[in-house]
Amino acid sequence: MSAPYAKLPAWADYGLIPLVNLAVAFIVAGLVVLLVGENPFRAAVILVEGAFGRGQGIAYTLFYATTFIFSGLSVAVAFHCGLFNIGGEGQGYIAGLGIAIVCLSLDSVLPWYLLFPIAIAAAALFGALWALIPAWLQAKRGSHIVITTIMFNFIAASIMVYMLVDVIKPVGAMAPQTRNFLDGAQLPKLNWLIELFGFAKIRSAPFNISFILALVMAWLVWLLIWRTKLGYEMRTYGFSPKAARYAGISETRIILVTMMISGALSGMMALNPTMGDQHNVALDFVSGAGFVGIAVALMGRSHPVGIVLASILFGMLYQGGAELSFEMPNISRDMIVIIQGLVILFAGALEHMFRPAIQALFASLSPKSVGMAEAGKGA
Amino acid sequence: MAEAAIELIGINKSFGPVHANRDINLEVARGTIHGIVGENGAGKSTLMSILYGFYQADSGEIKVNGKPASIKTSNDAIAAGIGMVHQHFMLVDNFTVLENVILGAESNALLNSSIAKARSELVRLEREYGLQVNPDALIEELPVGLQQRVEILKALYRGAEILILDEPTGVLTPAEADHLFRILKQLKEQGKTVVLITHKLREIMAITDTVSVMRQGTMVATRETAKTTVEELAELMVGRRVLLRVDKGEAKPGAVKLSVKNLVVRDSRGVTMVDDVSFEVRAGEIVGIAGVAGNGQSELLEAISGIRNAVSGSAMLDGKPIDLTGAADPGELRERGLAHVPEDRHHVGLVLAFEENENSILGYHDDPRYLKGPLLNIDAIVADAKDKIEKYDIRPSNPRLKTANFSGGNQQKIVLAREIEQDPGVLIVGQPTRGVDVGAIEFIHKRLIAMRDAGKAVLLVSVELDEIRSLSDRILVMFAGRIVGERGPEAGEGELGLLMAGVEQKEAAE
Repeated sequence: MSAPYAKLPAWADYGLIPLVNLAVAFIVAGLVVLLVGENPFRAAVILVEGAFGRGQGIAYTLFYATTFIFSGLSVAVAFHCGLFNIGGEGQGYIAGLGIAIVCLSLDSVLPWYLLFPIAIAAAALFGALWALIPAWLQAKRGSHIVITTIMFNFIAASIMVYMLVDVIKPVGAMAPQTRNFLDGAQLPKLNWLIELFGFAKIRSAPFNISFILALVMAWLVWLLIWRTKLGYEMRTYGFSPKAARYAGISETRIILVTMMISGALSGMMALNPTMGDQHNVALDFVSGAGFVGIAVALMGRSHPVGIVLASILFGMLYQGGAELSFEMPNISRDMIVIIQGLVILFAGALEHMFRPAIQALFASLSPKSVGMAEAGKGA
Repeated sequence: MAEAAIELIGINKSFGPVHANRDINLEVARGTIHGIVGENGAGKSTLMSILYGFYQADSGEIKVNGKPASIKTSNDAIAAGIGMVHQHFMLVDNFTVLENVILGAESNALLNSSIAKARSELVRLEREYGLQVNPDALIEELPVGLQQRVEILKALYRGAEILILDEPTGVLTPAEADHLFRILKQLKEQGKTVVLITHKLREIMAITDTVSVMRQGTMVATRETAKTTVEELAELMVGRRVLLRVDKGEAKPGAVKLSVKNLVVRDSRGVTMVDDVSFEVRAGEIVGIAGVAGNGQSELLEAISGIRNAVSGSAMLDGKPIDLTGAADPGELRERGLAHVPEDRHHVGLVLAFEENENSILGYHDDPRYLKGPLLNIDAIVADAKDKIEKYDIRPSNPRLKTANFSGGNQQKIVLAREIEQDPGVLIVGQPTRGVDVGAIEFIHKRLIAMRDAGKAVLLVSVELDEIRSLSDRILVMFAGRIVGERGPEAGEGELGLLMAGVEQKEAAE
């Protein structure tokens, strides 16, 4: 039986509903702010201004967004194949190892533009291999990928602690991290790009060239999912494993390949904070970005354009949130996490909460507009 | 005339642009059996869902026993004395009959008193309506006919005075269907009202007192059954004259295209579903496999098409062996000229979320015609889909429309077009007209005959005995995983019905 819901025009489906969800999330967040005795409107202004008000803020917002684009794409690719990869955190973390190996051994030899491609390949490879094990267990042994990928996050964390503390850390250093990368492994900044739009000189923001890589990857993911044979097979399996079997698509192959692509994207997420910002590989450098990717993919409807937009939104929450906790001491860092959580809750988990009401509204306003979006295309 | 048990006045219901029910008026007299016929998508199920509280009407009024009733949930419907027997049973397989009957109608937290009450009530119902069934039997151990009886008991236990049955005979053997009709007549004699939704016109003629015909969301006619004919009803349903018989000439069987020997297939639980089956299909003939649903036909199809691995047995395609126990995969078989129209087009044959053109290459997406390097050649795919849409009169004729937005008949045409247009040597077809409207059935049957006449081998599996009899050149009957008999197309319904019920086999064992 088909769902008894009417179809909405595309602009409402992809624009209105996310906006309504977002608005509700912010209203509830506002109530929380009110509860701790601050003015929610002023908080909102600080948040938005902190994220977009100055060139510095924009640069930070886009810096955070860069990482989320990668992790969001990673989740989306797996999702199109019906797989829920929540191991992006671990895949990104392990990819840091690949980056460390490449950067530490080549940063004195190569310029950044030669080293960057090698580092991309290494990050992608390490991420892909880390995703390959749960994928193989799923395809061959039926171990559920949600369970295995989340477990692999912990294994990755332990491995990285061991590697950073006992193997890679320079002798005599106190911090569990690699030595600082030399110039060859430091990605050029893109702050000038923002300055072009008339913003004041940005003093120090880590917004860097990996943002361009993220956008290229978003385009490639779009191409992969909707324009290639592989993407077609992935979507077939994602919608209906039975139909995939019928169509002669190998279940094992499609799961392995998809998860490796997903893992590679998660791996590339590690480039931004390491080579772009800290210029080393440190303990916990991923700091939850892999999980944010899940929310980003949900909110962006697993479409690259939606993911880029949702990433910028979450970048704004990160950057604006930091400003907010600075300006309003009552609002701690944890409060920001609560606000982010609310956005995830309403935009992701409760995505369909307002849909029936909005659909009913549309149906009563103009029955013709509803569901004719596609049928009308040919006319 | 007796007082109306149900009265629907001016019912309207839209799903977006689809006006599923348009100003429906319906009156069902108490103590009668009222049939509702119509093609798929005519709005029968929507109407009954409104009556049973699954959907709310956009406008209109429902009266039960002359009193306006507000039915917002199925609980309201039950309270108003309406019971429904769904096409797909809503039973818990590993519960007993008794447990299923009280499910949702338990009187308090402890089950003992409910069970005792239900037991005596079941005895009463059995006495009054002849609905025998062992209250302590597990559902999964009961044949389908008895499971359906449990559904009826459930409704009666909840005090139903009005019983709605949605396509009740789809899963029954002819004999079981006859038994069901006897029960319905008994219910009627006891003053109950029965609403029977079906697309089988012969059943309407056999059992109903009055019949209403729906077409495209409207109620086009209501007739006294005694004063109408099958032909008139069919014409009312479709809106034009329909050929109910399939015209076909003599078969000219040629070389053996597909042969299967000693095939054994088990399902995922390890139960043997196909047990030592052997047969062959020749070029230029349609071999029909008759049987009640669940007797191994599905697994047989899946094994031959490479979807499910057989346990043992051998098979030849065009004189060359195919390994159905492992190596043969649907893609490879397709390349070797074996096309498959699966029984379940919603989950297997199509991806409903895909655009029509994407489905028109499913399984053939490796074909270089549809590719441009690693990329899909979308222009070519859409042009190809357009072509098939024209040839097979698929509506709406928009290859970029989501497949879920096509009607059942048109979805089936999408699958058929895809498989037939690849010009396969062997076509295996499962339930080609399940959930398909009368007009499309005619078209599909003609296509299958045309395949046969073009010298292709066609293997047809269907639970519709009429379909098997009118299309097949040879009929194999499957029961409990075995082929229990082979008959010609002239075999009578009664004879085939007995085979389908496994009667001959039991006699032979005695």
